[in-house]
Amino acid sequence: MAQIGDKFAELRKAGRKGFIPFVSAGDPDLAVSREIVLALSRNGADIIELGVPFTDPMADGPTIQASSQRALDSGTTLADILQMVRDLRQEIDTPVVLFSYLNPLFRYGFEKLAAEAAEAGVDGVLVTDAVDEVAFVISSVMRSRDLDLISLIAPTTSDERLGRIAANASGFIYAVSRAGVTGAQSETSSAAQELVSRARRFTDLPIAVGFGISTRQQIEDVWRYADAAVVGSAIVREIERSIPDGDTVEIVNNFVQQLLPPVAKNRAEI
Amino acid sequence: MTSYEPNEQGYWGDYGGRYVPETLVAPIDELTEAYFTYRDDGGFRAEMDGLLKDFVGRPSPLYFAERLTEKLGGAKIYLKREDLNHTGAHKINNCVGQILLARRMGKKRIIAETGAGQHGVATATVCAHFGLDCVVYMGTEDMRRQELNVFRMRLMGAEVRGVDSGSKTLKDAINEALRDWVTNVDTTYYLLGSALGPHPYPLMVRDFQSIIGRETREQIVEKEGRLPDLLVACVGGGSNSIGLFHDFLKDKSVRMIGVEAGGRGGALGEHAARFTDDSAVGILQGTKSYLLQNEHGQIAVTHSVSAGLDYASVGPEHAFLHDHKRVEYTSVSDDEALDAFKLLSETEGIIPALESAHAIAQIVKTAPEMPRDSVAVVNLSGRGDKDVNQVQELLTD
Repeated sequence: MAQIGDKFAELRKAGRKGFIPFVSAGDPDLAVSREIVLALSRNGADIIELGVPFTDPMADGPTIQASSQRALDSGTTLADILQMVRDLRQEIDTPVVLFSYLNPLFRYGFEKLAAEAAEAGVDGVLVTDAVDEVAFVISSVMRSRDLDLISLIAPTTSDERLGRIAANASGFIYAVSRAGVTGAQSETSSAAQELVSRARRFTDLPIAVGFGISTRQQIEDVWRYADAAVVGSAIVREIERSIPDGDTVEIVNNFVQQLLPPVAKNRAEI
Repeated sequence: MTSYEPNEQGYWGDYGGRYVPETLVAPIDELTEAYFTYRDDGGFRAEMDGLLKDFVGRPSPLYFAERLTEKLGGAKIYLKREDLNHTGAHKINNCVGQILLARRMGKKRIIAETGAGQHGVATATVCAHFGLDCVVYMGTEDMRRQELNVFRMRLMGAEVRGVDSGSKTLKDAINEALRDWVTNVDTTYYLLGSALGPHPYPLMVRDFQSIIGRETREQIVEKEGRLPDLLVACVGGGSNSIGLFHDFLKDKSVRMIGVEAGGRGGALGEHAARFTDDSAVGILQGTKSYLLQNEHGQIAVTHSVSAGLDYASVGPEHAFLHDHKRVEYTSVSDDEALDAFKLLSETEGIIPALESAHAIAQIVKTAPEMPRDSVAVVNLSGRGDKDVNQVQELLTD
């Protein structure tokens, strides 16, 4: 459980905010995916969200749906993804969070997943369609292996729920910036900032904001009021764009370099 | 005695529940509260009963299929004529209930998913009746199969949005409807059409459809002086079947058969029979139930000649009834359903929907094994007009 907490403590100490990129593991295939994760890690990722693909990702927009489907088409399984993390741990220590839906994890078995994920070097799990008592049960299984279950909050979440979710949360809290599915947008809604300030009343945990963040300006905006920004679809779109020519890793590299505000900017904002 | 009601969290035993993204929790709480406020409200029920009578045309007849009975040489076969409802299927019963709820909740924009198009048509109909905006999501494969229903929806002012992801059928249409709902939670009411999805939908849809069984009970007692020995209905998501079965669940003497789509073979991907070895308990689109999936928990592609039965999961109450052996679940193939489609047309002058033809195909097998003084009721959940073009293509191929 220490990894994610340590990372935010380290950021706080350095007076910095976090950058959390998302990619679907296995998009376009596992070998390239591994190189992408390494590139993200080298280019300033503080935590990496690895999507475990699912056929029916109801919280995702078209970009991540297509990415998830490419990963499935290349034959990616949860066991493959755990092996990929195990291999990556030889080279990087960036915390890794698995991001998925209930059914593939349920089918694998939560006890088995928790044991194997912890051993492979995964630090947290986020399950988009688990709320309330279901999330509670999963989080206790994960916690028994020192894994964080990352909790989601949304602009529609009531204060009463925020209190309950915060009490059961660990690692960080993922604030969904707006009502909607994942997908790049040019502006981040004011709902996100309101949500983060409401959530601060219930928790001291770091809060990351995601959904719709795709530009440097948006990252800077989020950094003003939250602890980290999650960027998913914008990166996945670059992967998709690169597939015909096969220079995926280089394109992702270049994109992330122009996306991230300079370190000085990051420090100055605090 | 077994309880056939879900608990407060919407579980029948292990099945059901509410597996949704956090953003949907608040609107689902709001819906749940509204439903339980109006469920037994006199004014709500009176308005619903009035519409069901004068707009839908209820009660639907219970018709003695004399020539079919003679031909099969066993049980007396009655058909519950849901095909005679306005819009041609049972789907309108649920739409009337939910649209009245949506109006009381102050929602002005209605979204729905549809497979065969019958639920989409019924939703477009109640939206036109009340002057509400209507968007219907439909898989492009189903749009191709059910072109006529697409036109009917558009004629009534609904916007039909084609869904091109996955298998381009009902499951994918539900995903898109959920994505729309999560994006437009403040303004939008999701009018889900089957006994599926997160709590309270399976319960609410069951309640609104259970008028089928309540009428059947009265009608059969009037005609035969007793309860039926057998009820048969097709099961896609499971709304017409639970609608017929629900009122009889506590009557131990009444045998019930739910008929799934056997498609064109037993291999995974070739059928939509959820109560088979290919299936395992899992979570899809907000509910926990039997689910056609591979060993990695990825949802299987399904196939049925009938778009309305072509779905990878099944309503959670059916999963419970299956495990408790209260309802028997079986399946018939595409070919058997097509034969039944022709048989009912020829012997009774009634063209059934391809979905309902699955129930007819089952009674063709079961009735001859029953004594002549026994009584069976088959739910004729919809009429076959929408399927005539497709069947013509299939029969001339």
